[in-house]
Amino acid sequence: MDDILSQAQKVAEQAEVFQATTQTTPVRFEANRLKQIQTKESTTTALRLVKNGRIGFAQVNGFVKPKELVNMALETCIFGAEARFDFPANQAYPSVQIFDPQVDRLAIEDMVQIGQQMVDALIKHTPELVCEASVSKGITSVHIANSQGSKAVYQKSFFNLSLEGVLVRNDDMLFVGDSQSSCHPILNSETIVAEVTRQLELASVNAHISTRPMPVIFTPLGVASTLLSPLIAAFNGKTVLEGASPLKDKIGKQVFDKSFSLWDDATLPYQVSSHPCDDEGVPGQCTPLVESGVISSFYYDLQTAALAGKHSTGNGTRAGGLPTPSPSSLVVNQGNVSYEDMVKDIKEGLVIDLLMGAEQGNILNGDFSGNVLLGYKVERGKVTGRVKNTMVSGNAFDVLKKLGGIGKDARWVGGFLYTPHLYCLELSVATKEG
Amino acid sequence: MPNGKTQDLLTSALKGHDAEYVEIRLEESSLTRITYRGKHLEEIGKTSSLGGNVRALVKGGWGFVSFNNIKNLHNKVELAVKQAKLIGKEESKFSPTQPMLDRVTAEAKKSPMNIPLATKKELLDEYNDLIMSTPKIQTSTIGYHDSQKKVCFANSEGTYIEQNRIDVGLRLAAIATADGQVQQVGLSIGSLGDFSAIEGLQPKVKELAHRAVSLLSAPQAKGGEYTVILDPILAGVFAHEAFGHLSEADHVHENKRLQELMVLGRKFGSKHLNIVDGAAVPGLRGSYKYDDEGVPATKTYLIREGILESRLHSRETAAMMREKPTGNARAINYRYPPIVRMTNTFIEPGKVTFEDMLSEINEGIYAKDWYGGTTSLEMFTFSAGEAYMIRNGKIAELLRPIVLSGNVFTTLANINAIGNDLDMNQGGGCGKAGQSPLPVSNGSPHIRIRHCLVGGS
Repeated sequence: MDDILSQAQKVAEQAEVFQATTQTTPVRFEANRLKQIQTKESTTTALRLVKNGRIGFAQVNGFVKPKELVNMALETCIFGAEARFDFPANQAYPSVQIFDPQVDRLAIEDMVQIGQQMVDALIKHTPELVCEASVSKGITSVHIANSQGSKAVYQKSFFNLSLEGVLVRNDDMLFVGDSQSSCHPILNSETIVAEVTRQLELASVNAHISTRPMPVIFTPLGVASTLLSPLIAAFNGKTVLEGASPLKDKIGKQVFDKSFSLWDDATLPYQVSSHPCDDEGVPGQCTPLVESGVISSFYYDLQTAALAGKHSTGNGTRAGGLPTPSPSSLVVNQGNVSYEDMVKDIKEGLVIDLLMGAEQGNILNGDFSGNVLLGYKVERGKVTGRVKNTMVSGNAFDVLKKLGGIGKDARWVGGFLYTPHLYCLELSVATKEG
Repeated sequence: MPNGKTQDLLTSALKGHDAEYVEIRLEESSLTRITYRGKHLEEIGKTSSLGGNVRALVKGGWGFVSFNNIKNLHNKVELAVKQAKLIGKEESKFSPTQPMLDRVTAEAKKSPMNIPLATKKELLDEYNDLIMSTPKIQTSTIGYHDSQKKVCFANSEGTYIEQNRIDVGLRLAAIATADGQVQQVGLSIGSLGDFSAIEGLQPKVKELAHRAVSLLSAPQAKGGEYTVILDPILAGVFAHEAFGHLSEADHVHENKRLQELMVLGRKFGSKHLNIVDGAAVPGLRGSYKYDDEGVPATKTYLIREGILESRLHSRETAAMMREKPTGNARAINYRYPPIVRMTNTFIEPGKVTFEDMLSEINEGIYAKDWYGGTTSLEMFTFSAGEAYMIRNGKIAELLRPIVLSGNVFTTLANINAIGNDLDMNQGGGCGKAGQSPLPVSNGSPHIRIRHCLVGGS
């Protein structure tokens, strides 16, 4: 790495090297049986240069020849965007706990056993279910060094359980599933099994729903599949800068329901989206995005922040190219309404766990429209069965403008969202007749 | 990659193990990406990769090892075999194929590799200026990539294949805003190695920017059931989402109930309905000579004259279902094992003209162009980039983008007209099991579907 940086500094005004090495071991179950054990190792080295004020970028996956990497990046500098930022100087990073040595020590045999327990528990509940499951562990090492003298090094461990089941009855298919992530090993599969069992029980009979506007309860899984993508797009500093976010001129204004708050937090201990610094060496932090319905901030990387006249919020993230703003862990505040009370409040309505295709609409505008892949009918205060052949459409920003209530209890979804249930008073529901 | 010696290297690493089957894949690739957001070029970057994997089969269990460091291949073979042994408890099922020795050069009519960066940028600048100079356009996004890839594959049965491919892709979006409303229109184009596929798009780019602006004042469809006509691009996405994924045997092979549902010979549609998948058609984005298990590409009738005829297989799923491998095992790169995937999927043309299809509809929706699509096998949703009401046999007002949804078992039977105007869409990428976007193409003539569920206000 030092060699790359020193060679790059000879030809450019500023330079930054990012290197990540990841080892993962996924254990996969298919059709209720152990099927595949994988070991994956990868190393990525990326170089960002600033020459004549312009940004160049090159990345090598695998063995690096420093000179070749520098030349590749130089070739792109000529056309690159104008750099508006300086790489961060050497600084102290917050202490964020994201490494547990127990992950590395856990034997593959133990992972196999956890997977088998998950599958066995579900099959015991519903013998005709066909399950897929995976138990994965891994470690990532990140090194960042730049020409301003900054050096960041950290290691992260991660562990993931994932469990899915499909039940086929005549022409009817039911999909259930959940996943759980942590920087600790997850040795106890009771939580994930209980969640999937809940889905199976609620979906054990089918119910028919009307075509009309009605109240909808989004479970934490439902919030993730329906409302999350529009929020991620609208709070992205880049979308705001371009004027494509409906929230662009709403800082300090009451836009959402007073009971709703949302923040981005990279410092939560042992969460897989946490880190002491982002992928360009800016310290991780907690950034309030919505406080009691008032828009308080957007999230930024270095370049976007510089263009917008703001400071980076430590959200520069790489996905094969230059860093770009992306959230770490998003957290929705907990409210004071129990899920049971939300259900009791409804004459005819829906509970949504998974809205398929919701993110295919015009998410910039907040619009969503999707098929209720996993959702349940509420009738006179009780959940009466699973709903099929039904589409739900709406606008995420309208939903959050006037909430019927926010749940008391929250949970992690997919390692990047911590949210309670959200109760929406009215959404458009269309269903197939007959 | 060690030049010329790769075959010897892989063959020697494959010696001396006690697994039933082992394969090694080495892959070398390079990628150029250019992105624009708004008035300015945002990113231009180059990536090069070298890596590989080993897959081993022992008594029905698979071990898989992927790596960037291609030294000590022997140790990697050993690790994959050791992992497979931890699992293997039953009899392996794996279809036999002929060992192959072949070298396949890349198809490239006008290779992007021979075009200077400055020329690529000039073309993209022109498209971006066309979008940004349209009144009421707030911003744009443009994503261009070209890549070349060389894959060397060897297995313990004596196969050694080298394949090269070049891929080009361009996605453009125009974003219009007014009064707190944001509307966007996109265009996605791809090609197997032909840069000219993304040239000469000026009229299309202009049109898409104007349409984004028109959407600001367009109404939203009222949710409910409609008779819809899908254009060839969207009907191709429909064929891919609604039926293609269900035809992938890895969903079916270990699920008895699903096998009963997908029993060959089951009637799915009218006798005019034919759905095909195959990589053996040359020159399309999902085309290749051998799949990632070294099986030669084929052309497979999934549905012939309305009847389920066959499905897409890897060597393992074919053996499990006692059917033939179809050459559909694909891996997006060396970090993943091959799984059953589509290639070029399309509905074969019929005889009905678009005008006749339209004239029989009193109130319906004409849905065009692709925005996205997904499936749960039984249920699918896909969204149209462009939609219009149909009133009294004529195309009427523009609508906001719509999402269509349905149940595969009823929707295919509800297709009541198949057009005569087959067109293939090369701009798509398919995602499955974390491997996305895999280059595929799909297509169809115009088709008409009764009782299609449309989300709306």
